[in-house]
Amino acid sequence: MRSFTYVSAPDVDSAVRTLAETPGAKPLGGGTNLVDLMRQDVERPPTLVDITGLPLTGVDELPGGGLRIGALVRNSHLAAHPAVRSRFPMLAQALLSGASGQVRNMATVGGNLLQRTRCLYFVDATAACNKREPGSGCDAAGGLHRAGAVLGASEHCVATHPSDMAVALAALDAVVEVRSVRGARSVPLLDFYRLPGDTPQLETVLEPDELIVAIDLPAPVTVHSAYRKVRDRASFAFALVSVAAALETRDSEVVAVRLALGGVAAKPWRAVEAERVLTGAPATEETFRQAAEAELAAAVGLPGNEFKIELARRTIVATLRRLATS
Amino acid sequence: MVEVELRVNGAARRVDLDPRVSLLDALREHLELTGTKKGCNQGACGACTVLVDGERIASCLALAVQYGGREITTIEGVEHPLQRAFIAADGLQCGYCTPGQVCSALGMLAEHRAGAPSAVTADLTATDVPLTDAEIKERMSGNLCRCGAYDGIATAIRETAIKEVAA
Amino acid sequence: MTTAPERTRPAATRQDGPNVGRPVDRVDGVAKTTGAAKYSADFPYADIAHAALVHAGIARGRVTAIDTGAAEAVPGVLKVLTHQNAPRMAPPPKVSIADLSTMAPGTPVNYLNTDEVHWNGQPVAVVVAESLEAAHAAARLVRVSYEQQPATTDFAVAREHPKQVKNSMIDVGEARKGDAERALADAPVTVDLRYTTPGQNHNAIEPHATTAAWDGDRLTVHDATQNIDWTRKHLALRFGVPAAQVRVVATFVGGGFGGKGSVWAGTLLTALAARATGRPVRMALSRESVSRTVGGRAPTVQRVALGAERDGTLTALVHTGLTQVGRVGGGAERVASQSQYLYAAPAILVRHSTAEVDALPNTFMRAPGEAVGSFALESAIDELAGELGMDPIDLRVRNEPERSPLSGKRFSRRDLRRVYARGADRFGWAGRDPKPRSMRDGRWLVGWGVASALHIPVPLPGDVLVRLRADGTVLVRSGLQEIGVGIATIVAQVTADALGVPLDVVSVEIGDSDQPTAPGAGGSTQTSAATAAVLQACEELKRSALGLARRAASSPLRGARPGDVETRDGGLRLAGGAGESYAEILGRAGVPALEARTGSDSRLGQAVGQARFMARFLNDRRRWVHPATGVHFCEVRVDPDTAEVRVSRWLGVFDVGRVMNAKLAGSQLRGGVVMGIGAALSEETLVDPRTGRIMNPGLGEYHVPVHADVPRIDIECLDEPDPTTPLGLIGAGEVGITGVAAAVANAVHHATGVRVRDLPVTLDRLL
Ligand SMILES: Cc1cc2nc3c(=O)[nH]c(=O)nc-3n(C[C@H](O)[C@H](O)[C@H](O)COP(=O)(O)OP(=O)(O)OC[C@H]3O[C@@H](n4cnc5c(N)ncnc54)[C@H](O)[C@@H]3O)c2cc1C
Ligand code: SF4
Ligand code: FES
Ligand code: FES
Repeated sequence: MRSFTYVSAPDVDSAVRTLAETPGAKPLGGGTNLVDLMRQDVERPPTLVDITGLPLTGVDELPGGGLRIGALVRNSHLAAHPAVRSRFPMLAQALLSGASGQVRNMATVGGNLLQRTRCLYFVDATAACNKREPGSGCDAAGGLHRAGAVLGASEHCVATHPSDMAVALAALDAVVEVRSVRGARSVPLLDFYRLPGDTPQLETVLEPDELIVAIDLPAPVTVHSAYRKVRDRASFAFALVSVAAALETRDSEVVAVRLALGGVAAKPWRAVEAERVLTGAPATEETFRQAAEAELAAAVGLPGNEFKIELARRTIVATLRRLATS
Repeated sequence: MVEVELRVNGAARRVDLDPRVSLLDALREHLELTGTKKGCNQGACGACTVLVDGERIASCLALAVQYGGREITTIEGVEHPLQRAFIAADGLQCGYCTPGQVCSALGMLAEHRAGAPSAVTADLTATDVPLTDAEIKERMSGNLCRCGAYDGIATAIRETAIKEVAA
Repeated sequence: MTTAPERTRPAATRQDGPNVGRPVDRVDGVAKTTGAAKYSADFPYADIAHAALVHAGIARGRVTAIDTGAAEAVPGVLKVLTHQNAPRMAPPPKVSIADLSTMAPGTPVNYLNTDEVHWNGQPVAVVVAESLEAAHAAARLVRVSYEQQPATTDFAVAREHPKQVKNSMIDVGEARKGDAERALADAPVTVDLRYTTPGQNHNAIEPHATTAAWDGDRLTVHDATQNIDWTRKHLALRFGVPAAQVRVVATFVGGGFGGKGSVWAGTLLTALAARATGRPVRMALSRESVSRTVGGRAPTVQRVALGAERDGTLTALVHTGLTQVGRVGGGAERVASQSQYLYAAPAILVRHSTAEVDALPNTFMRAPGEAVGSFALESAIDELAGELGMDPIDLRVRNEPERSPLSGKRFSRRDLRRVYARGADRFGWAGRDPKPRSMRDGRWLVGWGVASALHIPVPLPGDVLVRLRADGTVLVRSGLQEIGVGIATIVAQVTADALGVPLDVVSVEIGDSDQPTAPGAGGSTQTSAATAAVLQACEELKRSALGLARRAASSPLRGARPGDVETRDGGLRLAGGAGESYAEILGRAGVPALEARTGSDSRLGQAVGQARFMARFLNDRRRWVHPATGVHFCEVRVDPDTAEVRVSRWLGVFDVGRVMNAKLAGSQLRGGVVMGIGAALSEETLVDPRTGRIMNPGLGEYHVPVHADVPRIDIECLDEPDPTTPLGLIGAGEVGITGVAAAVANAVHHATGVRVRDLPVTLDRLL
């Protein structure tokens, strides 16, 4: 790890000021991703602004049944929060399926959104990687890419976003509240991440001097939701494919649905095509399959991750089936 | 160098640290508390687990400067029936993962007592989740044991939890 | 029951005592659960410097230039060692059977004494610094230029050019009985199948760590090693100092599984760095450095072909394996080992060959060869049972041999029929519907699988010193390594019973090369070596103590002969009960302590001891095969949508000879099962075939099983002594992992109807 200057921010204003005034400075949340990447020489911030002392640790009710979640709420605390457990079960499940008890106790909501890909070549500083070193090439495309993307990838980068929480947030129409010296702005989570295109190094629309201060969740369309994560171990592994789904049926007809996929793209993937097929259709296995087909029609696999397309299809159907029958 | 006051096992020590020093390395290299182990330095094995204000964390990914003034408990500061239960159930072989398993289990039992759910909890709204084998194993999955002492570890934790409830 | 006939079988030397055979707690349990146990990176040294490795980024070539400027400029950096400035080391020795420690190095590459690069990841520089942070930061800043040479980095390509292994003392290249290919062609029912297994890594949770301090020409090393004796001899040779001046200490080792059985770069380069800087140096390898410098289990391709009569009688067994070796070291994985012992086929062919890759040499990993060889053999047996429409246990029972099938030698004990029957009964095997996809639990597809386990431990000699003190306490010293087996506990149990003293007066000191030499912790051999030596030393102590007592006029033991007395109740007793405590005997004689040690300290004495042991060993092996055997029963659940596999139930029934401590033996066997479940479902060392670089050198991406992957593991041992070994031991360290992957794959096939012949059985192979 290269040397850096450590600054502890006493309040949000001074945090964003330091970020604006110090080139290359990065906020430090739980450090579970940033410290790791700094050790691998992938991240080299000259200054770390410790934001864990900021008063952004609340989970507050919003008018109309939504929630405002402070950016520094720890993943474990958010998962255990009664409002999240009762009204946003898919979010609690997504959080609980990520990492380990120890890491969840450290990880913050803001840091979780901004964690970086687990692509094997991204974290190996000797490999060619356009995301780490723009223009150097992409060793994953012709190499090992079992974890790689099947939706929205480009020839320049086939990495996936590893967050579980973000997949649930994508399905929940979350809004990211951002602050900088220029003021505050709100970015819908679905507009927050970018696809790689020819600039895989740019992962979100966040400016380097912007701080995430909160996530707003509107009232859920239904509390009937679930997060299903498929991985190589029974626990403590990143998703191969995951599905966040909320489903409300009346008289066996889908009246409301939210669906997002994880492990398949450089961002949490909101399945709008599938939602379109589902809405108003009979809640049957056949519909679920058609919806999955519709969403994955555009999917393209590489030799090492082709299986994800079929796996995603099956996981969508299984998750919807479970919600429809429980 | 940054001056930090580390409160470990009830004693406060002021140390000058390079901000790059992890809490794990601060304990091991600066405070001579080598009971906490380094297995991966990447958050992936749990050998470095310590308790901070009663919560378990991976000290290898924690920068020590972030933890000034917090109450840190390492294995050297643990005296708990769970340790005897580990021995009785043979929840250890080489012993290298053991300090982390013990600290993690103590943190986990506290989380469970506080009503926290896990990824295998069927009813998320329940606040008194039964501590089944499946619950113990899921909640302890951040602690790898390559010797494969998982059976004994789960037994030790379950029996300790049962005794705690009975007491 | 197929044990040797009474006539030729020596009497069992089963010694039941208050401790031996009882599941006592580990004597080091408190140290391990309180953080007091010290591992190699835990020893404080004033003035310690920290070292970190720089790894080559190419698979083959020469280093043309190393720019160390940026690294040296990092505050706190003491030295950057490269091939241009590192002190010379003597080259590694040629392997010789006369001195087994010549097998110590994992590779003959003379690190930092050469500009040659032989694998992607080979250490090419070492940074020594005042702090860990500076050492690791600077290591990233060393810039290395290379002249690349064409390299073979893809096993799939290399295996087009196999080389057959030569038959030797340590290797089986080819062995045959009858004409197996012919018998196969003639057989009414056959299977002829190809299996593959990937590279795997030990990934002991303790990464290799060394602390080295020179005092003139004396070297003290705290090393995470499974073999302090070989490490000491090897370091002495490489650094040109007498072995007596090298002390290697490994009080506690955080797991090994073979990965700490050889001397790898970290150990040597720490000693080198300490010599070059004049400082005590610690190098606790990062997990990445472990993966890049310590070999693992080699990838394999295997063929198993079986021919049988319609009633299941085997007529032919062919098992051949092609495994990867490094161009600079590593050996064949003996994947066909069990095929020489398990089934009574009249025609057998086993053959091993290797293919060279410019890669980190492979090394021993728990049940080398056999752990993955048994995947192929035991899967094929299951497939044959399917072809025959026969229960896989019935098939095994039908082909249970009376003598070792290939060599015709006798088994010192073997009772697999009883093992199968016991296991089947406890598991409820009779309730299995043999049809694939026939069993369900709710949504889950359920499958039951079975596989045999077999491993043949290799005994090695070991020495101990036992001191009986006038206060009645006992000290045992031996250069054994505690890697998790609980060796100190077993030594204490055997000593306590041999001397007739309570367990808690015995203290055991191990893990120091200043102690009597003991074998490395490998080959499931430590326990038998240590216990045999302890028995011998205690017998000598008993005679010495009696020698003191029988001369004393006031002793009730006056005139007694060794055959008249027993060691009991803390002393020597006559059959009638009269006798004295050791404290009384030694106190009266004014002797502060009696001491007995086996073996010799002198080189000559050791050589003679080794030769004698070898002669006895070869004589024994001419007559007997000593197999540790067992059977695994497993239940898996497979998600019908996503094909995720969960192991939900496990039973292992074993015959490992006498069980000294069921708690410890159970843990070892369970540990083998857990590692086998990892091999079955998730473990794979990922190598980029274009560069030969290991791409998952961390525990986040190399998936060893976590708590949630492993069900309760039920273990039962027959616990009957091998009548031909001291105390009746065979060895339990490795048999537990053999057969596990096959049991899982067989269960997965039963659950899903899909046969996976390539490990690991990940869900994409089932979709
Ligand atoms: C072994 C291991 C396994 C894991 N497994 C999973 C898993 O299965 N699923 C999963 O989803 N995740 C997993 N994770 C990732 C984990 O969830 C993230 O590391 C964590 O959420 C990051 O949060 P943090 O607070 O520690 O972020 P940090 O590491 O502190 O920061 C991450 C990034 O976010 C930036 N940042 C942090 N907070 C803010 C803010 N408020 N505003 C602007 N920028 C900010 C930082 O500058 C940095 O660039 C795993 C991690 C580990 C170590
Ligand atoms: S997939 Fe993306 S992150 Fe991975 S190597 Fe290619 S460019 Fe880098
Ligand atoms: S050392 Fe911290 S989790 Fe492995
Ligand atoms: S006891 Fe050895 S790793 Fe757990």
